[in-house]
Amino acid sequence: MATRQGGRQYSLVARDRRFGYLLVAPGVVVLLAITAYPLVYNIWNSFQHDVINSGLPPTFAGGANYQRIFTDNQFLPALAHTAGFTVVSVALETIVGLALALALNRKFRGRGLVRAAVFIPWAVPTVVSAQLWKSMFDPQNGWVNYVLTALHLPLAHTTWLAGTWTAWAAILAADAWRNTPFMAIVLLAGLQVIPGDIYEAARIDGAGAWRTFTRLTLPLLRPALMVALIFRTLSSFLIFDVVYAMTGGGPGTSTDVLSYLNWQAFFVYSDYGYGGAISVALVVIALVIASVYVRVFRSEQVL
Amino acid sequence: MSVRTAASRTGFYVLIALFVIGSLFPFYWIVITSLKTPGELANGTTSLLPGHITWGSFSADLTETSTTGLSFGRSLLNSAIVALATTAITVVLAVLAGYALSRTRMRGKGSILGFVLIASFFPPLAMVGPLFLAYRKIGFLNNYPALIITYLIYTLPLATWFLANFFSQLPRQLEEAALVDGASRLNALRRVILPVAVPGIFTVAILSFILAWNDFAFAVSFMETPDKYTAPLAIIGLGQSQFQVFYNRIDAAVVLVTLPVALLVIFAQRRIISGLTAGALK
Repeated sequence: MATRQGGRQYSLVARDRRFGYLLVAPGVVVLLAITAYPLVYNIWNSFQHDVINSGLPPTFAGGANYQRIFTDNQFLPALAHTAGFTVVSVALETIVGLALALALNRKFRGRGLVRAAVFIPWAVPTVVSAQLWKSMFDPQNGWVNYVLTALHLPLAHTTWLAGTWTAWAAILAADAWRNTPFMAIVLLAGLQVIPGDIYEAARIDGAGAWRTFTRLTLPLLRPALMVALIFRTLSSFLIFDVVYAMTGGGPGTSTDVLSYLNWQAFFVYSDYGYGGAISVALVVIALVIASVYVRVFRSEQVL
Repeated sequence: MSVRTAASRTGFYVLIALFVIGSLFPFYWIVITSLKTPGELANGTTSLLPGHITWGSFSADLTETSTTGLSFGRSLLNSAIVALATTAITVVLAVLAGYALSRTRMRGKGSILGFVLIASFFPPLAMVGPLFLAYRKIGFLNNYPALIITYLIYTLPLATWFLANFFSQLPRQLEEAALVDGASRLNALRRVILPVAVPGIFTVAILSFILAWNDFAFAVSFMETPDKYTAPLAIIGLGQSQFQVFYNRIDAAVVLVTLPVALLVIFAQRRIISGLTAGALK
């Protein structure tokens, strides 16, 4: 009797497991095909000389492609641009986004409308926001120069995308305009789960606004801040659309970034070995950022 | 009210006003530009009011096809087809996987969830080259399915992770009652779990649609002929046309491509946030 019961129990569990594998299989197989396959292909190809227009079949290259990315005049500058852009854009978006979130966390008439209004830029496809800001920065018809002229400010006659720093400023504007709302809304969600009576207690204890903010709000906001920071750091680091649409990496190569260089290696130079090496580097850096994310969240115990 | 609180209150509203203006002014500007005539734009006008409103750029965008075969109306349709198909496939695959990961005793749940999480961090631009070469080898470029399958990179990890979380929070008694009644597992999922999971599925669907609608990198790499362009690609095409294209046409296209997603964002803001942070914030 007992054994029969045990056997029945076992077969139920086995059926349950089989059912599970069956349901999970389609998604996992598709995801493996579109992520693991390119990854393996890139690793393989990064050790090959494989240039489509050279007329030569692929040959084993050893570490030549990796040696190349660390010695040529493209990869390291692009890496530096990407890292610099990530730091500046994430810092800017965090500060402005936090200010916006704090403002939206106060009760005032029309708050719902304002919240919806400031979130709309996030709905614009990234490459479209780049096109939009390209026209805002247009020297003839653009509004940026018009306002600067009207207010008698410097830079009123700038051809923004023709200079290194001004091109970066335009890229930053497009990126920050679209992504700061995301930062703000995630931080706002974090602020709204902080119970109000904590503030009441702080007020009774006579804590000032700044002290309340640094000692109470910021620590309690940490989980939300972490989510927002990691999302933004990663997507900022992988910037492609804005650079493609606004500058094409120019003037010269002064706004070239890793994702764009990677795309050029495949679609402009048709140099698949070199592209493979850049891709591997990109994946490694992205996974480092991701592992920081997972580690932080394990310690925060929110996942 | 003291002078100080009155001043700080004014400052607060000025800040709010600045945020709203900063967010919305570019929209106002593109709408105004899209309503201007090419003649007005040729004169280098920066007027904040349209001279006489004309909807010509919208009808031109929606009906005209350029000599290169680029039609913005067609590209909107392409975007809609690809984004909706991506959404449908994402929902089906993520419901199945999410259910299995939260409700069965299958082994390896941890590693599958880990893989899904890592996959969501894979850089799209590191994937696009090898996928392009593979698709080219099997003659799979320049069509909808190539984009739809590839867009699962954007949508499936997030959707699976979110729905696994969502299902695990539903009470177990739901399907146990159905199973006692003799329903099969798949029927219990369909009849009992799906109806209560509608809010979660809705969240995943909205998010998938937005992510697919937003893509540029894969579309620019896989879609070779203008009749297959998605809307973002067509807008860049309009901007880079060798013939002079006035900003009224581009900006009308920007308005059209933004409208559907803007409506989603306005009406489903909370869902979008909860989906994007995938249960990390509670």
